[in-house]
Amino acid sequence: MTKSILFVGVGGQGIILASKILTEGLVKFGYDVKMSEVHGMAQRGGSVTTQVRFGEKVYSPLIGVGEADVLVAFEKVEAARWISYLKEGGNLIVNDYEIYSMPVLIGQEQYPENVIEELKSKVENVKIFNAAEAAQNIGNIKTQNIVLLGALIKALGLENLDWEGIIKENLPEKMQDENIKALKFGMNI
Amino acid sequence: MKRIMSGNEAIARGAYEAGCTVAAAYPGTPSTEILENTALYKEIYSEWSPNEKVAVEVACGASIAGARSICAMKHVGLNVAADPMFTMAYEGVNGGLIIITADDPGMHSSQNEQDNRYYAPHAKVAMVEPSDSQECKDFVKYAFEISEKFDTVVLFRITTRIAHSKSIVELKERCEVGVKEYKKDIEKYIMIPAHSRVKHYEVEERLLRLQEYSNNCPLNRIEWGDKRIGIITSGISYQYAKEVFGENASYLKIGMSYPLPDKMIKKFAKAVDKVYIIEENDPYLETYVKSLGIECIGKEFIPICGELNPDIIRRALLPVKEKNIYRVDIKVPSRPPVLCPGCPHRGLFFAISRYKDIIATSDIGCYTLGMMPPLNVADAMICMGASISAGVGFKKAAEKAGRDSKVFGIIGDSTFFHSGITGLIDAVYNNAPIVTVILDNRITGMTGHQDNPGTGRTLMGEEAPIIDIEKIVKAVGIKDENIRVVDPYNLEETQRAVDDAYKAVEPFVIITKQPCTLIKEVQKRRFNMYCKVEDERCKKCKACLRIGCPAITFKNGKIAIERSMCNGCTLCMQVCKFDAIEKVGE
Repeated sequence: MTKSILFVGVGGQGIILASKILTEGLVKFGYDVKMSEVHGMAQRGGSVTTQVRFGEKVYSPLIGVGEADVLVAFEKVEAARWISYLKEGGNLIVNDYEIYSMPVLIGQEQYPENVIEELKSKVENVKIFNAAEAAQNIGNIKTQNIVLLGALIKALGLENLDWEGIIKENLPEKMQDENIKALKFGMNI
Repeated sequence: MKRIMSGNEAIARGAYEAGCTVAAAYPGTPSTEILENTALYKEIYSEWSPNEKVAVEVACGASIAGARSICAMKHVGLNVAADPMFTMAYEGVNGGLIIITADDPGMHSSQNEQDNRYYAPHAKVAMVEPSDSQECKDFVKYAFEISEKFDTVVLFRITTRIAHSKSIVELKERCEVGVKEYKKDIEKYIMIPAHSRVKHYEVEERLLRLQEYSNNCPLNRIEWGDKRIGIITSGISYQYAKEVFGENASYLKIGMSYPLPDKMIKKFAKAVDKVYIIEENDPYLETYVKSLGIECIGKEFIPICGELNPDIIRRALLPVKEKNIYRVDIKVPSRPPVLCPGCPHRGLFFAISRYKDIIATSDIGCYTLGMMPPLNVADAMICMGASISAGVGFKKAAEKAGRDSKVFGIIGDSTFFHSGITGLIDAVYNNAPIVTVILDNRITGMTGHQDNPGTGRTLMGEEAPIIDIEKIVKAVGIKDENIRVVDPYNLEETQRAVDDAYKAVEPFVIITKQPCTLIKEVQKRRFNMYCKVEDERCKKCKACLRIGCPAITFKNGKIAIERSMCNGCTLCMQVCKFDAIEKVGE
């Protein structure tokens, strides 16, 4: 069975690193994996998505509409933007965190107020929490990506694999402790 | 050993394993990481060239000297480099020569969607197309062999989804092939008309031999499944087709896509009931298959525009069961790309935006984003280097029409080296009183920080002379009094330069100097610097929002600056009339 995961968020939130760690882990644990990322024009502040597919044999690196088993949104309005990609009955993981886009900042567009309520009312399997705040409590807001990765690993039922080892292999030593803490926090939500 | 690699990493690995010794490129998404990775192998000399034409020429020279060589570029880069490629197709090679074109279906970061497969028949060179990372690596080896066996340049065509998606690759050891002997041979390597006329016959004859090879090579293969549907496909489209049809179809997977395997195609078509051509963008395969007199289904169902995916193929070729899709009843605000918080280009754009009658011809780079609200600076953007030369043309036409347009051509440092210099020479030579703005942020920004002739470092990490932009500007003939070098974080100084430029009646140049805020050392240096709003003094006039910085928000009736994003550039502070913003840290 091939599983498809779609990560969505804003440039600068660490989405590419989180999906890279996931991908490295899945390869290590014996899956065929394809991961796809597309750099947009902006390095900071623009939309970012990455896609990971794994299973016994994977052909396409791309996920279609209504096909993602898990949608991980690093920013809540991005969850709403990409919701049509979630498979019926799939898992939605949302970072209850706002980043205003330029049209919102300059008053051309509105940032919707009821994103969370709306998502909860439409999707059955939802997990919503503030990963940025959790990461800040751990000691570094930048680990919010790994908190979310932890929650994803739990949703996939892969928490028994050695993810700590994967984090150690992929991050410099001085960052490992707080990221392992972040991962554990995410897995326990 | 197995590793997960992007297509670009795998191409670099393939070059390494195949004994490649020279690699050259100008960075361009989605091709950039190929050279960043060849540079990790000390056996390969790797360089950032000033532009794609130079990169191809470096690889041509290395090939003639006897080295296996590659050069890499994005699709539009090959337009720049087409000149040497077309003639190298006549000269042939000594060491194998691969030109990689990374096309961008869907235009994730490009100005057009050209399908560079057509370059192969046009230049009469062999072409290969891998469909995943493993093939990227393997096909580089095949491509070198084809290049040397048939004495031809090989065009290696990938797309964004191949370049930037990762899949598993089995690594092998490097095979040292060394650098072949060079023997002087002017009839082969000097294309004066007398030599070229002979060569053209050889090229045509070579194409016939290549086609024979294409019919029998391992790069083209048939996978039999259900014979009611036969799919001819190449590149990433093969993976999408497999995803959709699995065992319910047979496949002719094309890996060598020029010359195309005519006999194989005929044999395959005869053995299946119905032929589908599944390919992204243009009907390249389809036109050829039809030219063989074979009926097939392709572009009447598969779109020409945009990137392909399994969903599109499914909807195009199979009866579709409508599935339930989640929808939310809220209006989701758009999130267009923006200049980063603390970006040094912002000051210049803000200064220009004060003049509503300026025509700004822009160029390819982060700074194209100056066109976005609230800055709204840019009227046209064509291709690398065109900001200055198109500015010259605009000015000349405006003069003819009796219009008093003030033209600013805006270009980055890397782009100036790439192909802006010639435009500036044109402005001086033909006396076009335009303003050229060179945004020198000491890096090639948008592709993710590659070194360039202005950074003082090479791709391989060695120190290099810093090419001095100001001296070039003087050398091409811009007068001293018409040059301003400014710090774009200093709004007053920048504004003064723009004001002077606005009034100038001769070719004028502004050089802004401040490094990209995302350079690691810059981030470290500015880590403790940030600006904050003093609530009591803030009159909520929102003037600070007009600079378009993503770190400044107006939320719950309050202006605030997000500390984690701010780098203390102080632009907001300088536009605030009420001294309500303070700088922290030094």
